[in-house]
Amino acid sequence: MNRRSLLKAGALTAPLIIGGRAFAAPQSQSRLLIVFLRGAYDAASVLVPSSSDFYYQSRPTIAIARPDEANPKSAIPLTDEWSLHPAFRETLYPLYQKRQIAFVPYAGTDDMTRSHFETQDTIELGQPIQGSRNYGSGFMSRLAASLTGDAPIAFTAQVPLTFRGGAPVPNIAIGGFGKPGVDDRQAKLIQQMYQTGSLHQSVAEGFAVESAVYRSLGSEMMAANRGAVSTKGFELAARRIGRLMKTQFNLAFVDVGGWDTHVNQGNVGGYLSGRLEELGRGLAGYADEIGPEAWNSTVVVVISEFGRTFKENGDKGTDHGHGSVYWVMGGGVRGGRVVGDHGPVTQASLNQNRDYPVLVDYRALMGGLFSRMYGMNAGRLGTVFPGAAPRDLGLV
Amino acid sequence: MDRSILRDVYSQNQLQEQMTWFWFNHFNVHASKANLRVMVGDYEDRALRPHALGRFRDLLEATLRHPAMLRYLDNAENAAGRINENYAREIMELHTMGVGSGYSQKDVQELARILTGVGIDARPLTPRIGPAHAGDLIRDGIFEFNPNRHDYGDKVFLGHVIRGRGFGEVEEALDILAAQPATARHISRELAIYFVSDDPPESLIKPMAATFESSHGDIARVLRVMFHSPEFRASLGTKFKDPAHYVISALRLTYNDTPIANAAPAQGWMNRLAEGLYGHETPDGYPMIAAAWNGPGQMETRFEVARVIASGGGGLFKTDTPGAVDRPARPVLEPVVNDAGLGAGLAAPTRAALAQAVSPADWNALYLSSPEFMRR
Repeated sequence: MNRRSLLKAGALTAPLIIGGRAFAAPQSQSRLLIVFLRGAYDAASVLVPSSSDFYYQSRPTIAIARPDEANPKSAIPLTDEWSLHPAFRETLYPLYQKRQIAFVPYAGTDDMTRSHFETQDTIELGQPIQGSRNYGSGFMSRLAASLTGDAPIAFTAQVPLTFRGGAPVPNIAIGGFGKPGVDDRQAKLIQQMYQTGSLHQSVAEGFAVESAVYRSLGSEMMAANRGAVSTKGFELAARRIGRLMKTQFNLAFVDVGGWDTHVNQGNVGGYLSGRLEELGRGLAGYADEIGPEAWNSTVVVVISEFGRTFKENGDKGTDHGHGSVYWVMGGGVRGGRVVGDHGPVTQASLNQNRDYPVLVDYRALMGGLFSRMYGMNAGRLGTVFPGAAPRDLGLV
Repeated sequence: MDRSILRDVYSQNQLQEQMTWFWFNHFNVHASKANLRVMVGDYEDRALRPHALGRFRDLLEATLRHPAMLRYLDNAENAAGRINENYAREIMELHTMGVGSGYSQKDVQELARILTGVGIDARPLTPRIGPAHAGDLIRDGIFEFNPNRHDYGDKVFLGHVIRGRGFGEVEEALDILAAQPATARHISRELAIYFVSDDPPESLIKPMAATFESSHGDIARVLRVMFHSPEFRASLGTKFKDPAHYVISALRLTYNDTPIANAAPAQGWMNRLAEGLYGHETPDGYPMIAAAWNGPGQMETRFEVARVIASGGGGLFKTDTPGAVDRPARPVLEPVVNDAGLGAGLAAPTRAALAQAVSPADWNALYLSSPEFMRR
């Protein structure tokens, strides 16, 4: 039973005291990282519906070739219906073989605007789609409020919508992180100036998290100076996130952009393939860096605002669609499978003759995960995702 | 980029520069896509700045006819039988009416058909057009309306039947969009968020939108309504500065009398603060509300930037020429702040911290880090 390993593997060290919030040695046993692929990644290029003749008819130039052992550029078979983009051969595929990653096809929201920004907001807020929105209340902020012993952080240059509202959540632009530029004396004086105003907590946490992260990453930076393998881009960021989530943070968000492939997305070796390869290296690097023990208590959910058109457009790209494919990873995840039994993709299975339908609501999916990971009952879950019933897909 | 930042810091026409920034952000393009880097300066100077306080309808068309926009939102690839609806969607969602304001997926598709053939052609030779539509070709620099790529069928757009006839369809569609009440509201609300409040009240939006409609999108008149409103007066000193406003205002205060020699460091600071010039990847532009910019990590970074600006260094006085050396200025802000009458409004904790400064550079850094200087 994997939930037990999720619960057991919570040995956390290096207490960290930060003004305003209990950052000292997070008590919650589970770690959660949400990875948001902004721009709507082309799900049918990652989880390839390789059993579908209709897929190959629909994508004359950008389809990923059917599995073929003799062809390294062909898709890697996962199930009878589905295969994996070969860009993940050295990164996510080994995790799949270890049964540590599951794919959930036809996942997404009921939001049909096909607007990136509208739908990203929808997901980050996690509120019922009908009715007016409260932009001051993201679902991860509500999740943080309902947990005890959580240590949340956004690994983004801006605090994302999902973490707004409630107690301020620290943010760190992790990829470009360096030595703090304000000395202790000035930091103290600056905090004095903010002791009364509305920015008090934000400023205090900013200094505290900055120095804590610097202490934590210090050894990595020194190692790099000694000529250790240098990583960059998302892999560097993801490895640092792994390092920090091993000891100091247990509820985190990161986003990765560049997925809006309207033109020349390519199949293998093209633009999208390069993005996927970097993403795969990053996620595998994260699992490596957080270490086997913490990995067992970690759940990573990879999401995107919507999918793309099933048919390629006139520019060898894809346009805004609806249903996507979400990924759930972790040492304790019941992976090595594609969730649901839908049969091959056909014209008839498309939404509006255009894109994937949404059969798994993101709130139901995450609600199901949270209820298992955190032992949340319906009442507490209702504060995180009001009006959305959880759905247990048996993923943890 | 240097030119744009130097204008922001030293121009006498501050409203024009702020509005140029605002419209760039509203009609956002990203310098790192394709070859846009070579076009964004021209886009800002020729498509946006001349219309920044003019008529919205003219501004809308100026962006539509600029290669930077056509490349960025892929309309250069949009042709009859090979529809790309990216630009059509964003025109309605972001540039004019706003999301959820009543248009449908069908309207997006029809506008995409109307926009077929609106593109870019850098070749010197005039394309050969069949006799039926030869007169419809338009070339202006590398902007081109190519009848061969246009869908000449009739369209139904926002309830209007638009007869297929070439670029006239585009003009008609822009007229329809600019005159939508939803557009008047959307633009008025964005202006009010930029200048007045993260959540501007209906009492402000309504008269602005009414003036937008009655003046056929006269931007200066809409702004006048806003600047004369009690809401604007009440907001002074409360609106949290986004990073561009923060960096530019710090440079204006600190180096008004000592012109900087290099604006590249300012661009670097805006990048670190996640609001780099021409640097927003997606067409929605940077958010203009405090919550997007006042998170813990962002405040800390802001204090680091304040410290560098305050010290006079950071490369602001080092030219790009080989062998050039940085000649840091020694700014002394305290008398500047007092002469400007800004000292009196400082809260007690700010005054107490400033009193503990150990040097002019330290005083500068603390003042530029103060809660008062974070707002405008």
